[in-house]
Amino acid sequence: MSGPLLQLSGVTIRFGGLTAVSSVDADVREGELAGLIGPNGAGKTTVFNMITGVYQPTEGAISFGGRPTAGLKPYRITELGIARTFQNIRLFPSLTVFDNVRVAFHLHLDHDSVHSLTRGPKFQAEEVQLRERTRELLSIFRLERVQDEPAKSLSYGDQRRLEIIRALATRPRLLLLDEPAAGMNPTEKDELMKLIRFIRDRFGLAILLVEHDMKVVMGICERIHVLEYGRKIAEGTPSEIRGDPKVIAAYLGEEPVKES
Amino acid sequence: MTEFLQQVLNGVSLGAIYALIALGYTMVYGVLRFINFAHSDVFMLGAFVGWAAVERLHLPTRSFGGGLAALALAMAVCAILGVVIEKLAYKPLRNRSTLTVLITAIGVSLLIQNVSQNPTIGFGPNPRAFPELFPARQIHLGGLTVSTNQIVVLAVTVVLLAVLYWIVHRTKTGTAMRALSFNATAASLVGINNDRIISFTFALGSALAGAGGVLYATNYPSIDPLMGTLPGLKAFVAAVLGGIGNLPGAALGGLLIGLVETFVSGTRLSTFRDAIAFAILIAILLFRPAGLLGKLKVEKV
Amino acid sequence: MFPPRSQRILLAVLAASALLSAFSGRLNPYFLDVALGAGISVVLASSLNLINGFTGQFSLGHAGFMAVGAYASAMLTTTLAPRLGLSANLLQWGFFPLSLVAGGLLAALAGIAVGAPSLRLKGDYLAIVTLGFGEIIKVVLQNVDAVGASRGLTGIPSHTNLFWVFGSAAVTVYVVWGLLNSTYGRGFLAVADDEVAAEAMGLNTTRYKITAFVVGAFFAGVAGGLYAHLKGYLNPGGFSFDKSIEIVVMVILGGMGRHSGVVVAALLLTVLTESLRQTGAFRMIVYSVLLIVLMLTRPQGLFVWPLWSKKEGRP
Repeated sequence: MSGPLLQLSGVTIRFGGLTAVSSVDADVREGELAGLIGPNGAGKTTVFNMITGVYQPTEGAISFGGRPTAGLKPYRITELGIARTFQNIRLFPSLTVFDNVRVAFHLHLDHDSVHSLTRGPKFQAEEVQLRERTRELLSIFRLERVQDEPAKSLSYGDQRRLEIIRALATRPRLLLLDEPAAGMNPTEKDELMKLIRFIRDRFGLAILLVEHDMKVVMGICERIHVLEYGRKIAEGTPSEIRGDPKVIAAYLGEEPVKES
Repeated sequence: MTEFLQQVLNGVSLGAIYALIALGYTMVYGVLRFINFAHSDVFMLGAFVGWAAVERLHLPTRSFGGGLAALALAMAVCAILGVVIEKLAYKPLRNRSTLTVLITAIGVSLLIQNVSQNPTIGFGPNPRAFPELFPARQIHLGGLTVSTNQIVVLAVTVVLLAVLYWIVHRTKTGTAMRALSFNATAASLVGINNDRIISFTFALGSALAGAGGVLYATNYPSIDPLMGTLPGLKAFVAAVLGGIGNLPGAALGGLLIGLVETFVSGTRLSTFRDAIAFAILIAILLFRPAGLLGKLKVEKV
Repeated sequence: MFPPRSQRILLAVLAASALLSAFSGRLNPYFLDVALGAGISVVLASSLNLINGFTGQFSLGHAGFMAVGAYASAMLTTTLAPRLGLSANLLQWGFFPLSLVAGGLLAALAGIAVGAPSLRLKGDYLAIVTLGFGEIIKVVLQNVDAVGASRGLTGIPSHTNLFWVFGSAAVTVYVVWGLLNSTYGRGFLAVADDEVAAEAMGLNTTRYKITAFVVGAFFAGVAGGLYAHLKGYLNPGGFSFDKSIEIVVMVILGGMGRHSGVVVAALLLTVLTESLRQTGAFRMIVYSVLLIVLMLTRPQGLFVWPLWSKKEGRP
């Protein structure tokens, strides 16, 4: 496939009188590990929400795999191959760890409501297969031991991992991670960085992450897009971004960019 | 034309009562984010207190003084009742899910209704006549027939609305109420005693419902334990119509519902009169859930 | 392994109901009546459980669906059947179940209408709208002369028997259980927990919600038909908000979203209300106190295992 996997062209969104995002051009290539950074309120999560169809851009276009995503409902966009995690963890609290992941295999189901009632051999075989795939996925990330616990009983770090695994179950080509390192200590952040690289390598997907922690961003992203007040002000490799005066100015008053 | 004006007058008079009840719904929703299903039964009890004021406490009938005393008594009793219900049934559920509290409210409503209907411990299910609290006379103005009761309803409502406005906008308590309705956590952090303000809100809303009960019974002098259901429902629709949580909205909504109902009663659709309220409700919630004066809260993703 | 265990259980229960039904003539008519009423309650409670308990859509208008099904099937047996000149057996074992299904289908259509608002509304608001729909259905029925309006519909043949009632109950429970016990079915629970996240995981939340309402309404309609042919007459007033609340109480008591708990609660409550029938006016008082106490102390329901768990369930 020629051209980038995800393409944003002149994307703008206005909420009443407030322009949250303005004329953003950006792209993510297949298998790329990219970052979206910017000071608080720059519009990063809003961009995520537009990519995933929660909001519709007021102007501009977003396309995925060459296909425009305008007007598509969120579940359809997930069908196309974009999955996400949320800034405030949104697991299914009353479901078990196992079921949180299992339900995300939904997109690739052969059976539906009627089959749930007839429960023929094909249905049963598929159910067994899905359970196996869920177990496999959980064991890759070493969560199979707690698979029958309710999701809400996991530790914070484990919950974040579970959210990522759940997104993976939808078999995305692009994974959006919204502040995955939030609330983590340095050790956990190191683990997270390894995890993200591992996921990209193992599953061959592209990852776009929004993150405030510069160490994480500079450490794993191949390309970084920078937003400020809803506009894109820079794009480049970590070293380019680190030295970019516009970026430094935007972050003035925040922590200095650390060497990785 | 006079026909039309007559209907308008009747509609406004009815709407005023709906407005009083609607204010109670909207105040409680604004402060606690839940629909107090038992509110319509407080309205009903207000009417019964008014009845008891004459039949049991022997307040004079056909006198403005006596009428106002009965009104005040009903308001006081209902205010206390509202606070009691809040403390016993709703406060313990303060942090539970909305559905749990909703069901509890339904339970309280059913309890009040059924206890009242019980012939032994309550009033029995049969309707009874409401005494003539205010001296009733018909005044003829132009082609219009105005009953003094209607004037009383309008006058009392206007006074109560003015008092409410003063409380909400010119007193510390009122400001605290408004603060609570915006953000309960922040309110407690600036030193507001949330529990007290919530109780006060219930007392206020219930007092208005009690007044509504007496005024309603003045105009439609047959009371029974289930009389609160329909007016309560219509008042609720009024509150939603105006924008739930919005006080002027509730008053406006009440007025509109009163007018619509009066005009519909004059047409062929009158048997569907009660269903019309539901239809309006569903229409609002589907097309403009924030109501006429309200603002919709958007969920942050 | 075919058929799976759940279906074998279903067939066993159906066979048992058939057997029991054959001997129903020997049973005390009063107990029979209570048993039939209890079975109908199971259908109502289980079907509502799908909407409220599992999919988390708070519906207070279930009696409306019941009414639609009741009147539809009753109209068929009282106006259409006599013109077809069918034998008694054919009526009881052929026409009647078809009329039940017809009633259910009509109720399912109503379910789409009522479910549509659920796509945009939540919690309190949805509860009120469903309540409104229930009342509108009632008011419409009260004004349509063809079905007897407020006077009611009389002369409904008593086709309801143990087989149809227990059979329907078994089928309802099987369908609700079956739907939910699959990877597809976990979707209902996900939608109930967090719609935004569910959409993000590729679940068509609209379809799930509508499905819940449609299936739930269908069985409520079937229950209505069973009810109509048990009582012999119908009155719109009997399908009011009070009735919807009775069913909601069963679902809550049983622990919103527990199959067995809801069945037990439905049976228990029907028997309880029967025995309180003597005390008439006190029945509803006891009911409402029960409701309040339950919400204050054990909102997760009475029959949630383990009984001593302090965890708050679905509500």
